[in-house]
Amino acid sequence: MRVNGVEEKLDVEPWVSLLDALRERLGVTGPKKGCDQGACGACTVLADGMRINACLALAVQYADKEITTIEGVTPHPLQEAFVRHDGFQCGYCTPGQICSAIAMLDEYAAGMPSAVSDGAPQLTEAEIRERMSGNLCRCGAYNGIVDAIKEVAG
Amino acid sequence: MRPFAYVKPPDVDAALQAVAADSGARFLGGGTNLVDLMREGIERPYTVVDVTGLPLDEVAELPGGGLRIGALVRNSALAADRRVRTRYPMLSQAILAGASAQLRNMATVGGNLLQRTRCPYFYDQASACNKREPGAGCDAIGGFNRSHAILGVSDSCIATHPSDMCVALTALDAVVEARSVRGTRRIPLADFHLLPGDTPHVETALAADELITAVEVPPIAAPSRYRKVRDRASYAFALVSVAAAMEVEDGTITQVRLALGGVATKPWRAREAERILLGGPAADEAFRRAADAELASAVTRPGNAFKAGLARATIAATLRDLTPGEEAA
Amino acid sequence: MTTTYAERTATEKYVGRPVDRLDGPAKTTGEARYAAEHRYPDLAYAALVHATVARGRITAIDTAAARAVPGVIEVLTHENAPAMKPFKVSLLDPLGAMASGTSVNYLATDEVHWNGQPVAVVVAETHEAARHAASLVRPAYQELPAVVDFSAEEPNATPQKRSMLLESEADKGDAKAALAAAPVSVDLRFTTPPHNHNAIEPHATTAAWNGDHLTVHEATQGIPWVRKQLALRFGVPERNIRVLSPFVGGGFGGKGPIWAGTLLAVLAARATGRPVRLALTRAGVYHTVGGRTPSTQRVALGADEDGRLTALIHTSVARTGRVGGWQEQITSASRHLYAAPNIHLRQHLVQLDLLPNTPMRAPGESIGSFALESAVDELAWELGMDPIELRMRNEPERNPVDGKRFARRFLREAYALGAERFGWKERDPRPGAMRDGRWLVGMGVATAYHPAMHMPVSAAVRLSADGGVVVRCAMAEIGVGAATVQAQIAADELGVPLEAVRVESGDSELPLGAMAGGSTQTASVAASVLAACRKLKQSALALARRSPDSPLRGRRLSDLEARDGGLFRGGSGETYAAILTRAGRDHLESEIKPGMLGLVGPLRDRMRWVKAACGAQFCEVRVDRDTGEVRVSRWLGVFDVGRVINAKLVASQLRGGIVMGIGLALSEETLIDPRTGRIVNASLGEYHVPVHADIPRIDVHWLDEPDPTMPLGLVGVGEVGITGVGAAVANAVRHATGRRIADLPITLDKLL
Ligand SMILES: Cc1cc2nc3c(=O)[nH]c(=O)nc-3n(C[C@H](O)[C@H](O)[C@H](O)COP(=O)(O)OP(=O)(O)OC[C@H]3O[C@@H](n4cnc5c(N)ncnc54)[C@H](O)[C@@H]3O)c2cc1C
Ligand code: SF4
Ligand code: FES
Ligand code: FES
Repeated sequence: MRVNGVEEKLDVEPWVSLLDALRERLGVTGPKKGCDQGACGACTVLADGMRINACLALAVQYADKEITTIEGVTPHPLQEAFVRHDGFQCGYCTPGQICSAIAMLDEYAAGMPSAVSDGAPQLTEAEIRERMSGNLCRCGAYNGIVDAIKEVAG
Repeated sequence: MRPFAYVKPPDVDAALQAVAADSGARFLGGGTNLVDLMREGIERPYTVVDVTGLPLDEVAELPGGGLRIGALVRNSALAADRRVRTRYPMLSQAILAGASAQLRNMATVGGNLLQRTRCPYFYDQASACNKREPGAGCDAIGGFNRSHAILGVSDSCIATHPSDMCVALTALDAVVEARSVRGTRRIPLADFHLLPGDTPHVETALAADELITAVEVPPIAAPSRYRKVRDRASYAFALVSVAAAMEVEDGTITQVRLALGGVATKPWRAREAERILLGGPAADEAFRRAADAELASAVTRPGNAFKAGLARATIAATLRDLTPGEEAA
Repeated sequence: MTTTYAERTATEKYVGRPVDRLDGPAKTTGEARYAAEHRYPDLAYAALVHATVARGRITAIDTAAARAVPGVIEVLTHENAPAMKPFKVSLLDPLGAMASGTSVNYLATDEVHWNGQPVAVVVAETHEAARHAASLVRPAYQELPAVVDFSAEEPNATPQKRSMLLESEADKGDAKAALAAAPVSVDLRFTTPPHNHNAIEPHATTAAWNGDHLTVHEATQGIPWVRKQLALRFGVPERNIRVLSPFVGGGFGGKGPIWAGTLLAVLAARATGRPVRLALTRAGVYHTVGGRTPSTQRVALGADEDGRLTALIHTSVARTGRVGGWQEQITSASRHLYAAPNIHLRQHLVQLDLLPNTPMRAPGESIGSFALESAVDELAWELGMDPIELRMRNEPERNPVDGKRFARRFLREAYALGAERFGWKERDPRPGAMRDGRWLVGMGVATAYHPAMHMPVSAAVRLSADGGVVVRCAMAEIGVGAATVQAQIAADELGVPLEAVRVESGDSELPLGAMAGGSTQTASVAASVLAACRKLKQSALALARRSPDSPLRGRRLSDLEARDGGLFRGGSGETYAAILTRAGRDHLESEIKPGMLGLVGPLRDRMRWVKAACGAQFCEVRVDRDTGEVRVSRWLGVFDVGRVINAKLVASQLRGGIVMGIGLALSEETLIDPRTGRIVNASLGEYHVPVHADIPRIDVHWLDEPDPTMPLGLVGVGEVGITGVGAAVANAVRHATGRRIADLPITLDKLL
């Protein structure tokens, strides 16, 4: 498996999730575990550029994929924008929010639709919110996150 | 998770062989449901057969204008497909109304068809659940059942079928193609999911060794729409959802399809309502009458009694949105 | 201890500025390490086995299958676990009673006190093996009758005990008679469900023993409590225990007390001789960490025709657990908000066989304000009066129940500003009159109120010869930007650039005492940091004055300005670096250690003043005319939170409270099965916290008037944001639909 551009030899049992493989075996702790059930988005990483929930992914299934975590996207303009707009408080959902937002902007650019609109020409706040709804923030930093994404999206 | 063996067959035949030889084997699609249920100890396969390497991830044109959707097409890719968006808007909308972008990127069409209920008692090993453990009883019937079904229920189980995509597929008269070492079968979606009866653990017409290879949707001319009502604005299962297609000429309904989600034990094709609507006026009163007829067989409980009224209102609102001259808001 | 505080830092360079969080880079790059992210060679993993009955005794516990799982090191049950010392409340430390979430001595008893209580711990080489093995442990129970149904138990409620720290009952005049005689009145019954904190980081502990020394990486809001509890329960001196908690992934009260996971991780590490990590599953958090109590409340208001209140009655029933729990001041806001001549307030409790409740963001006020502020709104409807006008007519000059003075009160100003910014006058007062396509639009207001307090905490500040400043305090960073705020204060007081200040926190080796709870931490630490900085300047000056060459010779601190990294008067003066270098010192340090005596000031203050953060919440909702779906479409809050040290952080705190309040209003509810006491929706999928799409732009403003009785004039902002939110939403829904929803959450089924 390639993790953040580095070839990692990982010998894990088939029942180990991608998230646990990253966090416990490789020490890549940027991706967080909030629920282990696909219900919070804290574990969001990119697999060949697509955002996924690493907690519901078996590591073996992703053996031939390029995995990118928050560690691998650094430095990214979204990170600074999150700080400037205070798009977090405790920081626990943040790596997931940022990875998710990166992929979300790509999806949007590729013309992927959302429940709010069908490839709207404008990345409105409503559009960002819907597309980011798979990432919970219990600290309630949603406004700051949306502002940060809007700024980077231009 | 109970330990298991993992295999990733290179082609369909190898996949079929792998499960034919092993009654404790399960196919793995995106894993968003199976991995979750395995971690909870509810699914306990001995072998997991990863099918995501199989060449079943294309959306192809069918002669006569339909689409053939490979079982491994990811939910997000299907929702984004131009042909789906223009020819089957309700299907694209249904998928986009479900789960989150991350989950839709992972989830496959085959897995979505086979996702299991979100009944919380089913998930909690401390509870009695006939679906999880036949004969154990059903804690939902006398417990919290706000999210549970009012149509197609039995004394054994009232669990809601959670899929949004399947509701649209039911309305579209989709057909599931399944293969096993014994050959290929075509199962109309309407017959694919089973009512719980007194065997709620038997959920579909699919045999354990059958692989879903594709779903076919015939063409449809009528404009369509999917409306989902839920407790959050996003990332929540339906309380009620409606997939509807309707064509109106001179105020008369000439074609109509209607299916319901969130209220039934399987993706619910509202044939009774369709029958009443067809040939009648496209008017609110008629919509409500048709909804009432469909819901006449509803069995409600204190926790989910509201769903009858909600379904009625949502059906009417969705059909209103499809009525020429009424603008969709 | 004095009760008057300087209102300003020496310079006003950073205080008041929206400085970016100092830990921003760490948190946005994934570098920040949380409790479950510390590696140890030889680390073992623990998983809990939870009881499945509400009350009973374990008659047998079969661990054979679990032990047979490859990689399992040990399965601890009440039959083989080393004993912990029992929980004990010390009279000398009344707060200590809160330190432990429950009184249960886990694995030392065969008794089960709630459905979900841990009854065994599996330790294994991997997380996966531990969890799988835990699912194979088979306890057998003798079930005992359990009382778990809150509403059925309500008639047996007993009066809540008085407590020094909590506001409780009050009587003024004869409220019952006044209500009966009032020409206009409302009398409403409200219910609010249990809630769970649901910090996105589940509770986690990594524990390592070295002989009788213990290191724990812990997700906690209160380092001192953790250290004290662990010392007590494991019989080692406090100094042997090091608690590290530099980053906490959200707390909201749930990471205040010490719960089973912490104790059992430490126990497992001791029993196996291995460092052990116990990261709770999400369901594990629900089953072992208490949440907010449910409540039923009655609010009855009587008024004359002009809307002047004549009677205010507010009573509540909440719950605690049989094995612990925390009483909430549900009627608190009713003591402070309205100038009614007759007031009657009572709080009652029932005891249930459930996991004890625990404080959750604005315990008491969040749900109490829902009832009070909904009832006030309903009275406005009865009177045909604007709800803001009604509130202004009843705005008191002094604290209504006892005539104490307000330290400050700017509620009128908050409403005036809010009404203007929100466009309140655009509101058509008729219910259901405002529409936008399929949506019925409604606007509502409610008052936010949360008492302010500060506690004695220790903090130290160190000045180095290289000009660097280190603020040291074992406070918790749960997301409030604790380090950033204290760095701003220290930089200003010492007159050094912000970049020169480093803050060390989250480690029990540092000066102790701070807790992130009750909105007290920022003000409490600020007081000590400020005092330490002042002492430090004195010491620096004293050092300088000893040298004949110092331009500061003969000067007094009051003549000097702290700036440019030193002390100056006009053009002459010296940097701290120069002073230290000349004196041959590499650093100067001062520490403030108020101890328990430090409580005297704040408590005496409480007798004298009523201090609080308050505000006006403005909400616009849209209700789907067909389906009853409610969406919050606009929000504005104007707050009186004293001095604002960092606008960016304060805005985030207030918004965060409002977001959680929107969850409380519309979707959050912990479902506890009344047959079994089991939490049914113990997951983030089924317990609905708000997602991005639920939250509109939230406009927050504040009045920035310092509180003369609080350190630096500042008042905690962590909790006031959530208060009043439930009512503002309910009141907006009332306006949109004509329907008064008195039972939270306001889900669409209640509106159909
Ligand atoms: C938090 C959360 C929220 C969600 N919200 C929604 C929602 O709002 N609406 C909604 O519709 N869904 C929702 N989902 C469910 C999601 O859509 C399903 O989990 C997903 O569609 C399953 O697809 P998968 O490929 O991941 O299936 P898997 O988990 O891989 O498999 C599911 C089942 O299908 C079987 N299977 C998979 N592929 C095949 C095949 N080709 N042939 C035969 N058998 C096969 C597997 O053996 C397994 O039994 C949600 C899920 C989560 C976790
Ligand atoms: S409704 Fe069905 S799935 Fe739910 S507990 Fe009853 S039997 Fe099980
Ligand atoms: S940890 Fe993966 S979605 Fe919550
Ligand atoms: S920053 Fe704490 S959960 Fe998002």
